[in-house]
Amino acid sequence: MNIRSEQISISRRDLLKGTAALVVTVSVPGAVQPASANTVTGHMTRLLDPTVLDTWLAISRDGRVTGYWGKMDMGQGVDTAIAQIIAEELDVHVDNVDIIFGDSGTCVDQGGASGSTGVRNSGVAFQAAAAEARLVLLEKASAQLDVPLDQLTVSDGVVHAMSDPEKSVSYAELVGDQLLNASIEWNGKFGNSLSLSGRAKPKDPADYRVVGTSVPRKDIAGKILATTDFLHDLKLPGMLHGRMVRPKVAGARVRNVNKESVSDIPNVKVVVENDFVGVVAPNEWDAIKAAKQLEVNWDESNAGFPTTSEELFSWIRNATPAHSDVEHDEGDVAAGLEGAARTISAEFEWPFQSHARMAPAASVADVRDGEATIWTDSQKPWDSGTGAARLMAEPVGDRRPGRPLYKVRSIWMPGPGSYGRSDAGDGAMDAAVLSDAVGAPVRLQWMRHEGHAWDPKGPASVITCRAGIDDSGKVFAYHYHIKGFSRRDQNSRENGPAEVLAGHLLGHENTPEWVMSRPAESYGFPNKRYSWDALAPLRTQASPLRTAHFRDPYGPEVHFAAESFIDEMALATETDPLEFRLNVVTDERDAAVLRAAAELAEWEPRTRPRRKRDSSGNFIGTGIAYAQRNGSVNAVVAEVEVNAKTSRVWVRRMWVGSDHGLIVNPFTLERTIEGNLMQATSRTLFEEVKFDHKMVTTDDWNSYPILESVDAPLEIRITHINRPELGPRGAGEPTTRVMPGAIANAFFDATGVRLRRVPFTPERVKEALQAS
Amino acid sequence: MDKKFTINVDGRDHTITADPAMPLLYALRNELGKKGPRFGCGLAQCGTCTVIQDGVAIRSCVMPIAAATGKIRTLDGLGTPENPHPVQKAFIAEEAGQCEYCISGWIMTTVAMLEENPDRSDEEIRAGLEGLKCRCATQMSILRAVKRAAEVMK
Repeated sequence: MNIRSEQISISRRDLLKGTAALVVTVSVPGAVQPASANTVTGHMTRLLDPTVLDTWLAISRDGRVTGYWGKMDMGQGVDTAIAQIIAEELDVHVDNVDIIFGDSGTCVDQGGASGSTGVRNSGVAFQAAAAEARLVLLEKASAQLDVPLDQLTVSDGVVHAMSDPEKSVSYAELVGDQLLNASIEWNGKFGNSLSLSGRAKPKDPADYRVVGTSVPRKDIAGKILATTDFLHDLKLPGMLHGRMVRPKVAGARVRNVNKESVSDIPNVKVVVENDFVGVVAPNEWDAIKAAKQLEVNWDESNAGFPTTSEELFSWIRNATPAHSDVEHDEGDVAAGLEGAARTISAEFEWPFQSHARMAPAASVADVRDGEATIWTDSQKPWDSGTGAARLMAEPVGDRRPGRPLYKVRSIWMPGPGSYGRSDAGDGAMDAAVLSDAVGAPVRLQWMRHEGHAWDPKGPASVITCRAGIDDSGKVFAYHYHIKGFSRRDQNSRENGPAEVLAGHLLGHENTPEWVMSRPAESYGFPNKRYSWDALAPLRTQASPLRTAHFRDPYGPEVHFAAESFIDEMALATETDPLEFRLNVVTDERDAAVLRAAAELAEWEPRTRPRRKRDSSGNFIGTGIAYAQRNGSVNAVVAEVEVNAKTSRVWVRRMWVGSDHGLIVNPFTLERTIEGNLMQATSRTLFEEVKFDHKMVTTDDWNSYPILESVDAPLEIRITHINRPELGPRGAGEPTTRVMPGAIANAFFDATGVRLRRVPFTPERVKEALQAS
Repeated sequence: MDKKFTINVDGRDHTITADPAMPLLYALRNELGKKGPRFGCGLAQCGTCTVIQDGVAIRSCVMPIAAATGKIRTLDGLGTPENPHPVQKAFIAEEAGQCEYCISGWIMTTVAMLEENPDRSDEEIRAGLEGLKCRCATQMSILRAVKRAAEVMK
């Protein structure tokens, strides 16, 4: 497929966020980004070409530096970190650096928010771009001042001769509002793996002055003062409000729709195509009423689920895998288990979980005359644009005709937090279909029941662990096996009709991918095998249980089992759990975070559960867990209180040993880690998607509770191990996966009872304690 | 049948024609252009839509406009960039929250709670904020901000 780019009309541009930016973008199946597209920003025309330095950085007449960033900040301060990196390499004040991101018209696709790569990958690319820009500016200054390059230095955006500070010229004077007209080497890739390199050598970390400091988050004040526009505040001339109409049984098909049933509500339009049903009205409340009132005759034959959440885990155990694989095989585990003096084994269960964002999906789409603009809070807006373009263009059999590819610009605006492939991508496509149908801009908002019941889910699984112990009491064989649903029933990128709910409803066939996961650690058992069985989805088309990436995909599930079982190995070999880990980890970074967490916690060695009680008779215990993730490594000690009367589990304290490579911003890193730990605690203690044979039944906050302020710990303490030599390794997810195992291990220390099924609700805890 | 209502929001009267059953939230956002109170659930389960009516934090997503007869305060009217409310100052200083979608609910609930009595124990503060959801799970930074604000407001 050829890559095309064309400009969208001037009249539409004024509607776009940041009215100074006229822009163009293109969405092409299979390709992520145009190689070049003309964009006018401020006073200059920029090319959206990754090999052109001006694509990444611009310097204005007043000396401000703008970075055009192809990743996202979802509230963790990543854009601030990127500004710090740019300021560092360019030698400008960080307050003078602005970051524009999330706009497919002005920023090259660097993958959006994905896999904790915001700083890890794109930060390094900007480091190269900013260092190169500094060199280009120095060369210009050298010519202008007639001073050799190596005798120039820069402070706060002013280049001056080392020997004579009076002999100076500012960046703004050199290139303000003009192009740098320089190139940079690009590896030819878009998305997460895009990288840049230049002639200039980035700074030695020993010389950092901005990187490593706690620069305040750039976005925070506007959001707390209610001056920042969120996506939900966007109002376009002639904009209509859209709501979707969903069946009460998963996968029910439309027989017919009685459009007359909403004729008493003024100006309502009903949009029906195949199984896609929505309403649109000028007044939002009217749209809400119409969606409730519309009579749809649903065909419920072949609808629903083959099992329920009550029977889910036995269903998983008995199901025939769709695909199986071995991800790691070292030594001979089968022989090891066979010949063991004794073996231990355990099974762990984790349910489906919901993204359940603070607000259900919303989007504003303006699809007209072969052009479209999508305003979205998706963490991958580039993919939203491509997805919308393809959704408009691609035919469905002979029912939906194919059309020429739309020119789409997709613009991110702030929305509720996003932790992977949430319902945001689905909402953007619903909005596009509605807008296309009615020929006007549509603001689509899902209702709460859709946000919980119809958003993509984290997968359910059963994990079996076995260990063989030799005569001397050492573990020498370990088999971990996960059987469950793939973590990608649909792709984590909403870049095609098969990957979104609207596409399924229009009739595009979903094609699940088989992706599972394995523990990430450095345990040096001589025989070690990690294997998996992936199951076909319970429903393939338009399923409320379709899985997609949810923060640290399969991380908490896998390490809940794996780190609980390490403690079971420690118990079986009468070894303290910390000592056991330190004995078998083979990576010094891993040992260092374990020691750091243990030191903060004042870890007391134990070889059996201590069953401590406080003065109220509540059980108190501590537990440890650790895990690697793509170059970051973390250990956490959790202290739990198990209420003797109510069986409530409360995580009172968390002590963390954290190594995320180079620390760019300690303050925001600390908050990011807190959010990871707390959200993972919520998933461990509270969260389970329930469903019957018809539908997901946990469709609001009462039926799907999450952690609240009363559940917050008294204290979280973190020891940061800074490793500048490694560069930034990513912090958006790695501390999510350590929490569930630490809580389970602390519960065991407190009570002597092993919990092997998440969530640890009071009912389940009571049951487990009574059974012991 | 639509009716005319006069609601008092952030110190000003506004006349709005609407279905009496329409929740206040839609009037605040769509008619008055307020940005602070947001839609989260429409069920009074998350607190994202919280505003203060006559000193009491209420959920504007379930309160019919016909019942909004008191003096309403929203985050938009709380403070200005030049002169932020002490609670806003504290939330900014602590960088409380993450995505900030729900933050209006936390701030307005805190304002109502601390204006009634800023001298509260940790436990009372936690209990006073119960029922508010934050999916980014930033309760630690929020609690630090609330305590910081309480110190100032004492």
